Amino acid sequence: MIEPCVSSAEPRFQLDYPINESDFLAAGESASKTKKALQQLGLKPEVVKNSAIIVYEAAMNIVIHATSGRLKVIIVRDEVVIRAEDTGPGIPDIELAMQEGYSTAPHEIREMGFGAGMGLANMKHCSDELIVESEPGVGTILEARIHLGQKESPREIR
Amino acid sequence: MSGYVHSVTLDREKCQGCTNCIKRCPVEAIRVHDGKAKIIEERCIDCGECIRCCQNHAKIAVTDTLERISEFDYTIALPAPSFFGQFREEKDINKILHAFLLLGFDEVFEVALAAEVVSYVVSQYLATNEYKRPLISSACPAILRLLQMRFPDLLKQVAPILTPMEVAARLAKEGAAQKTGIPYDRIGAFFISPCPAKVTEVRQPLQIKKSAVDAVIGASTVYRDLVKQLSKLKGQDIVLQRATSRGIGWGYLTGESRAIGTPSTLSTGGIQNAIDIFEEIERGELQDIDFLEVQACTGGCVGGPLNIKNVFVARVNLKNMVTKYKTKDPYFSEDQLRKFDEEDQFRSTEVVEPRPIMALDDDVSKALVKMERIDAIAATLPGLDCGACGAPNCHALAEDIIRGVAFDTDCVIKLRERVKTLAEEILDLARKLPQTMADQKGTGHGQEEDISSA
Ligand SMILES: Nc1ncnc2c1ncn2[C@@H]1O[C@H](COP(=O)(O)OP(=O)(O)OP(=O)(O)O)[C@@H](O)[C@H]1O
Ligand code: SF4
Ligand SMILES: [Mg+2]
Repeated sequence: MIEPCVSSAEPRFQLDYPINESDFLAAGESASKTKKALQQLGLKPEVVKNSAIIVYEAAMNIVIHATSGRLKVIIVRDEVVIRAEDTGPGIPDIELAMQEGYSTAPHEIREMGFGAGMGLANMKHCSDELIVESEPGVGTILEARIHLGQKESPREIR
Repeated sequence: MSGYVHSVTLDREKCQGCTNCIKRCPVEAIRVHDGKAKIIEERCIDCGECIRCCQNHAKIAVTDTLERISEFDYTIALPAPSFFGQFREEKDINKILHAFLLLGFDEVFEVALAAEVVSYVVSQYLATNEYKRPLISSACPAILRLLQMRFPDLLKQVAPILTPMEVAARLAKEGAAQKTGIPYDRIGAFFISPCPAKVTEVRQPLQIKKSAVDAVIGASTVYRDLVKQLSKLKGQDIVLQRATSRGIGWGYLTGESRAIGTPSTLSTGGIQNAIDIFEEIERGELQDIDFLEVQACTGGCVGGPLNIKNVFVARVNLKNMVTKYKTKDPYFSEDQLRKFDEEDQFRSTEVVEPRPIMALDDDVSKALVKMERIDAIAATLPGLDCGACGAPNCHALAEDIIRGVAFDTDCVIKLRERVKTLAEEILDLARKLPQTMADQKGTGHGQEEDISSA
């Protein structure tokens, strides 16, 4: 399992959300709160947006695929670190899970509009670094890092 | 931001310093200080929610008055589509338009007619451009201001197309200048508005440099005079009414989407709904939607805070009118609409810039320190979110304290604690001080008890 990233340096800021079983509202709420806090810190819109997406997807995965867990948003030095830990079935083949379109979400979850198999790929796309570690039958730890200086996508001219 | 002028203001006389508005403001832009509400100008988006909820009618929208007609050589009234929802169906639109002339206007031009032009331009834009889905409507200025503040990243998804109000003013003034020979800048365009957001939009337009609208008058300001004129009117031979249901429907939610005619649209009203949906879009969802019709007011512009009738009554009225004018032939031919579109004259010329006013400090590390202090203070507050401190909730007070505009003793519970501690200290001192003298003068505690028991 990955060592908590924060042990090496003093975290300057920390948000901590418990994610309970079947709490489908938790993801939206934590994403929304994360966004507000990061906007108050004056981070770049791109960084704020990407952090909110990762928080949402990570929380949703805990709600849908695991039993329960915790989500932390931390700023260490020049990075936003989002760490999601859960107890649950774990991911047997992480490489496979990372692939776009791969999903084990059951029928009723797909009915709700989730389970497109895009979450992890999306998180990878939004972060500068994404580490997933998992022990089948125990749980999963996901850590995403976003550089505060992440480049803004150029404004489209119209 | 200096020079940011708002339409929504406070009537100090009427304000009782209650907490209704501070709790209802969707962007937490109001505080009560010294017993009076105070709007934080840079945060206000002019949605008018406070005007709706203030029972003392202390929140007012500053709009223009009819007196301004005298400033121009020729004036044109531009009633918003939602305005016609303020009347029962039997009052037909043509009659209402005539009543505007009796109020002193030289001409009247339905914004609904311009809405038909905008519908066409937007539908062409959707059909012929590469754009990020969904394209977000630019019609509601309160929504644009919300985006600037909270969803800067979505600004590039806003339709780069002018509002029906703006298009109406341009078409009306150009037409009048041609017809009368009066110079364009001596012609006054008066928008009859359902909301304060349009007032701000005209004074500080976001998508263009300067608005063609010269004055904005609240629907409620003209309503009574207009109804009076209406009762005087007999038959009108001259047909002023030109808009069809395509434009009139813009007055309520779903009308805009329907007029644009793209199959995949989403229509939403109310700030909280808008925030929820923008959050979804920011996460990359709803990409199957082509066009997002989004309005600050529940039910769309018929729910505007300066309207008179209840939003649902107005909606029924307007719906009846939409039905009535359904079979009417459009005023502008397909060719004419295409010409408008090809000339690109109704495209926005300015990029709507973000207004990141949420940040605690320009410097991230300083903001971090402030955030830590806010959290520390918030942890000591009672968490009742009662609003008695003048801030909408405990966390907002903690923020205000760090921003230097409030004190922890603004919290009534905190104040009580402080008073209690002080009182205990005083009592303590009172007990202690006389001790040395007690032996000399014989006025110690014990002796008092002796006397009283004697
Ligand atoms: N926390 C987790 N615990 C157990 N399995 C997980 C966890 N997160 C992801 N997975 C597995 O990885 C797969 C892919 O996850 P991903 O988030 O990419 O897609 P999804 O959640 O199935 O669908 P979507 O995110 O598009 O709604 C999941 O279907 C699931 O099998
Ligand atoms: S929905 Fe219409 S009435 Fe309400 S704020 Fe927006 S433009 Fe004004
Ligand atoms: Mg997922």
